[in-house]
Amino acid sequence: MNRDAHAHQFDTAEQQDAAARLGMWTFLLTEVLLFGGILTGYAIYRAEHGDAFTAGSARLDFWLGFINTAILIASSLTMALGVHAAEHRRHRLLMFFLAATMLLGAAFLGIKAIEYAHKIHERLLPGPLFAPAAPGARRLELFFSFYFALTGMHALHMLIGIAILAVLLVMVARRPDAPSIHRRIEVTGLYWHFVDIVWIFLFPLLYLLGPAGPAR
Amino acid sequence: MTGRLGYFACAAALLALLVATVAAARVDLGPLSTTVALAIAGVKAALVILYFMHVRRGPRLIWLYAAGGFLWLALLITLVWADVTTRAPNL
Amino acid sequence: MTDADADAETDTGTATTAATVTTDAAGAKSYLNAGFGVTSWLLTRDHKRIGILFLVTLTLFFFVGGLFAVLMRIELLTPPGEIFQSETYNKLFTMHGVIMIFFFLIPSIPTVLGNFLIPIMIGARDLAFPRLNLLSWYVFVAGGLFTLAAVVAGGVDTGWTFYTPYSSVYANSRVVLAGVGVFISGFSSILTGLNFLTTIHTMRAPGLTWFRLPLFVWSIYATSIIMVLGTPVITITLVLLLLERTLQIGFFNPSLGGDPVLFQHLFWFYSHPAVYIMILPGMGVISELIAAFTRKRVVGYPFIAFSSIAIAVLGFLVWGHHMFVAGQSVYAGMVFSLLSFLVAVPSGIKVFNWTATLYKGSVSFQTPMLYAFGFIGLFTIGGLTGLFLAAMGLDIHVHDTYFVVAHFHYIMVGGMVMAFLGGIHFWWPKITGKLYPEGWGRLSALIIFVGFNLTFFPQFILGYLGMPRRYHAYPEELQILNVLSTAGASILGVGYVIPLIYLFWSMRYGRTAGANPWAAQGLEWQVPSPPPVDNFETRPTVTDEAYAYPMRGDPAVQEGMRKTTEMPP
Repeated sequence: MNRDAHAHQFDTAEQQDAAARLGMWTFLLTEVLLFGGILTGYAIYRAEHGDAFTAGSARLDFWLGFINTAILIASSLTMALGVHAAEHRRHRLLMFFLAATMLLGAAFLGIKAIEYAHKIHERLLPGPLFAPAAPGARRLELFFSFYFALTGMHALHMLIGIAILAVLLVMVARRPDAPSIHRRIEVTGLYWHFVDIVWIFLFPLLYLLGPAGPAR
Repeated sequence: MTGRLGYFACAAALLALLVATVAAARVDLGPLSTTVALAIAGVKAALVILYFMHVRRGPRLIWLYAAGGFLWLALLITLVWADVTTRAPNL
Repeated sequence: MTDADADAETDTGTATTAATVTTDAAGAKSYLNAGFGVTSWLLTRDHKRIGILFLVTLTLFFFVGGLFAVLMRIELLTPPGEIFQSETYNKLFTMHGVIMIFFFLIPSIPTVLGNFLIPIMIGARDLAFPRLNLLSWYVFVAGGLFTLAAVVAGGVDTGWTFYTPYSSVYANSRVVLAGVGVFISGFSSILTGLNFLTTIHTMRAPGLTWFRLPLFVWSIYATSIIMVLGTPVITITLVLLLLERTLQIGFFNPSLGGDPVLFQHLFWFYSHPAVYIMILPGMGVISELIAAFTRKRVVGYPFIAFSSIAIAVLGFLVWGHHMFVAGQSVYAGMVFSLLSFLVAVPSGIKVFNWTATLYKGSVSFQTPMLYAFGFIGLFTIGGLTGLFLAAMGLDIHVHDTYFVVAHFHYIMVGGMVMAFLGGIHFWWPKITGKLYPEGWGRLSALIIFVGFNLTFFPQFILGYLGMPRRYHAYPEELQILNVLSTAGASILGVGYVIPLIYLFWSMRYGRTAGANPWAAQGLEWQVPSPPPVDNFETRPTVTDEAYAYPMRGDPAVQEGMRKTTEMPP
């Protein structure tokens, strides 16, 4: 296997690896600002409508969110171990960790789907269908607009991540000797860890407002 | 180079901090609760960035990129905050 | 290599060899004839071809946007709004703004000249991510198609600023279509910026340290920082806007607890830095033109390089100056006002340095240099009037008047478009291997300069006298100024059409250009015109500073070119 193989615009494989890493970091930079736009709105309204946001937060499925956070941490671990396996050319191990990460990601999305189903059932989906049983605070809908926007964006990114992992899994299975594998796995790992970091912030910001916490 | 042990240790730390976040949320810290929650989240993010994302052993440029993104977001939120909090009260 | 090629560096603008159109003297393929047919262009990974794809698309958008401007100026010939309904006029200025800003100015120099030149200027074979580069073009075209669909389906009338709650709740026009179009185009911008940043960091030729880079590269680098940090915010803001509009949820709707000013914050957090995305590459081009046509090192290279970065950074801290009268807090306004004064400083530094470069330089007045002179004068006027607007007290008087319109057109059209044209003319021989007709070039530059000033100078006065922008009816006494402005616009239009014609003409009938018709310094002038697919036979090693023109009094008379690459035999 030609470890030095590289695309023609580069001089060496190391240069291509460095460029791939930098390119992904640049992309992650854009993602910080992308989520940041919504978070800015969230921060402002949280300050202005504290009661409604606390009330909204209390209506979220705390334990599901907690479990999901733990799942994502585990998935970051399996992803990092996968990158490690790729570095050491342990391809079967790599495939195992890719599959594990995918499974954990899918579990996350499954739980998210359950949460969403709950919310829709309780008529907390913003828009024309918004009609919560106990109206509570006036600006509840605003909270849930942000809840769905933030977690929806995040879920979309998870979905894309799982899809990429699937493609990589197939690629590793078919051509374990491809020179680009390590680079692609590492770069995907960066993306996956970033999506984890977004959730690390979303969980306390959405689920843990005020002293309500895991009251139910 | 972060060995496998390092990854497990990092994951364990993250889970511990997750528990800490929840514990902190149960305590009524008033206006400080958001700060504490964000601080803990920040530490967790830093762990992921430094260890899982290999920034600790990476080139300085990547440090700059990682820091720059959060700095810019802080800038956005801070200046908008500065406007919203200093407007004249509603009449 | 024949002697004829060596003669190519002597005079400016003279014909050189009898070599065939697109091959250099050694008969090697250039990027233009390395494959024919539509697929070879539409599936290309060559940064040079992608630059041309963008050039074609952008030219189309420029004239579509210009068409809307023409319609507006015709309407403004008479005080009452006679030709169009108010609603229609609203759509005209909205589409003019949306198309010109998002689909011409923001991409222009980076995607055309940046794509073409950056790899060559740093001694690389291509950008870091050629396929992403092509994707960027496709994404751009997709965004453009959505926006044109919005035009065809009835237009948008919210202003290019899409302010809420009008755009999210009350507007009856094609906001979603246009919003999607702009949203998509943002990704094109992000991909381009990402590519440039990574390329400039990782692929510079051996010996090419940061301070040996051409200033154009510095400006594209700074532009890319803004693209990467700013664009995502408008991307997500448009998403929120469209969600609010389609699902009736309230992010920015006051009746649901939302804050319309929040929209403006998020919108301008990108859109102000966006104006620096538009102007910085133009400044980079001007640095190159000044160096080449004064045959001197640019005075204060580090100052110009760092001022580009300073503009990129400071540009993110001033967006509130668009919101002085929007309900923003006065204290925040004061902070933004002060910072806006600050951001003018690096631009001023550039102007001083360019002017200083002219001193004791060997100045020649070819077409690109005419555009450069135009830029310096007009950008200065535009920039100074920006300072007027940065002062809160004065802004309250002229906000939303034609004063603002004149200010930004002086910078965008008097500055940026002139820089674009100057750059196109300067590098035209490199891109096409042909020379444009110099006489026509100078004439058009002059027509554009006259037309431009006649169009936009009266608008400063109009604005100061109180004529609001985005209105198609105005008081009787303001008619003469409006007529002057429209007259200027027609001259300006002619000035833009002429280059379109002769540049096209030159591609087939122009004289063949040699590798360095301007006898300029720079890696791009050391490769054939047009360049081969991989740009360089062997990777160059750079030992000179940028713009290493012979100093005055240098006894060694050179042609101004240091050969650091192996030319094919």
